[in-house]
Amino acid sequence: MEQLFFFYFAAVIAVASVLVVALRNPIYSALSLLIMFFHVAGLYVSLRAEFLAAVQVIVYAGAILVLYLFVVMLLNLKQDDRYHRQWPVAGVVGLTLAVEAVMLTLLKGRAIPPAPANTNETVEGLGNTEALGDALYSTYLFPFEVASLILLVAMIGAIILAKKDIGGSEA
Amino acid sequence: MTELSLRLAVSLAQIAAVMGVVMLTVMILTLAERKVLGWMQDRMGPMEVGPYGILQPIADGLKLFFKEDIVPAGANKFMFSLAPILAMVPALIGFAVIPFGPSNKFELFGITVEPFVISDINIGILYILAFASIGAYGIILGGWASNSKYSLLGGLRSAAQVISYELNVGLAIVGVLILAGSLSLVKITEAQSGGFWHWYVFALPAPQIFAFVVYVISAVAETNRVPFDLPEAESELVAGFFTEYSGMRFAFFFIAEYANMVLVSCVAAAMFLGGWNAPYPGTILEHVGLGQFAWAENIAWFTVKAYLFLFLFFWLRATLPRLRYDQLMKFGWKVMLPIALGNIVVTSIAVYLFPR
Repeated sequence: MEQLFFFYFAAVIAVASVLVVALRNPIYSALSLLIMFFHVAGLYVSLRAEFLAAVQVIVYAGAILVLYLFVVMLLNLKQDDRYHRQWPVAGVVGLTLAVEAVMLTLLKGRAIPPAPANTNETVEGLGNTEALGDALYSTYLFPFEVASLILLVAMIGAIILAKKDIGGSEA
Repeated sequence: MTELSLRLAVSLAQIAAVMGVVMLTVMILTLAERKVLGWMQDRMGPMEVGPYGILQPIADGLKLFFKEDIVPAGANKFMFSLAPILAMVPALIGFAVIPFGPSNKFELFGITVEPFVISDINIGILYILAFASIGAYGIILGGWASNSKYSLLGGLRSAAQVISYELNVGLAIVGVLILAGSLSLVKITEAQSGGFWHWYVFALPAPQIFAFVVYVISAVAETNRVPFDLPEAESELVAGFFTEYSGMRFAFFFIAEYANMVLVSCVAAAMFLGGWNAPYPGTILEHVGLGQFAWAENIAWFTVKAYLFLFLFFWLRATLPRLRYDQLMKFGWKVMLPIALGNIVVTSIAVYLFPR
């Protein structure tokens, strides 16, 4: 049953991701992206990470993609300048990922250490939201704070880029 | 296999019952809104169909059902049909995790049935927030697909408004989550039992009264109601994102708006006002020895609370003029957001100092 769900989600994710770049109409691309986000969330649910699934939908589908749509509608993109001659870069990145995927498949069962056995029980005892919070604010506190600092810098950068008249007339 | 099919049958029956109640509430609301507005403006409201006009919703429904379904020239037909569905499904799907009454479990042919909540998942409130944010797609895509400038403007306004106010809804409930220590609406409601001084609006050590106000205002904005009805502002944009819609597609948008109102009212009742808990400890029916019927009293309280909120929606509509767009954004980001963030800080400190 779980396998069935996994293959369903994986197949839809793969097809929808291809459609995002292959479709001509940018609105349809955005919708395929929405479908993909939903199925990634479904994958999280099948891994019992409900919190991640909900956050995935709220953040990506609910906020970021709405902004994409907003911009796409306002800009009225022309269809012929979509790929911006990015084929060489795309080729290199795609090739690297493909080689990586093949290697990981060949190394299956040897390279990846098995997950600690007690993880699942801890998660079920606490509820995965609590478990996630515990891990974030104790074991991974430093990376977490670094990430928030980077986000803060990005935020300030966005404000400075958007407000060119800072320091000039009254902003 | 029989157990699975039995479980499926029970769930489907519960879903059907909840959908029936929600649709009935929507019907009542369409009439109640016009009646309440009428009384507040010293009019009678609809009086023609049936005694005292109470059959008006049925007449409205029949009219919409038999209207011609028009797709405007140049519209994107696929998106035009998809948008009302995308608006309506998220509005209805959230009811799956709302606890309407106490969690009395009973056995039915060997499986446990919880009659008053369809599904108690451990991320209940996040699930509602996630689908509430999907509801914006229906409005945005409907506005875009109509190929009309009024619709497009309505859709764009809605996109900006939903993003701004969704954030405030999310932050306003964080205080409650800190107090309750759970995301499940069933657990949150159960933690508020034992009298109105345990409801999270008033509960010590950190009364969530400011969060409650922020939530109610943001909820009004989320549902595109007056005074935040800029996506459909009829004096500026004809009817905003559904200008071009007619017949049942229009009805879908309409039902979605009212179902959303019911949903945010239910969430507000469950999160801040104790859900199905009575404002006094226990229930009266239990005290007089009819404990097996106590659920009826609990459901009655839940209904009263939800309808109080719905009445507030009508009241606001009769009272307030529409905000200007820059006022809307300024209010959302510069007033509501700091209050919500401040509430989180204060609540966290209070819970840390006075752990229960």
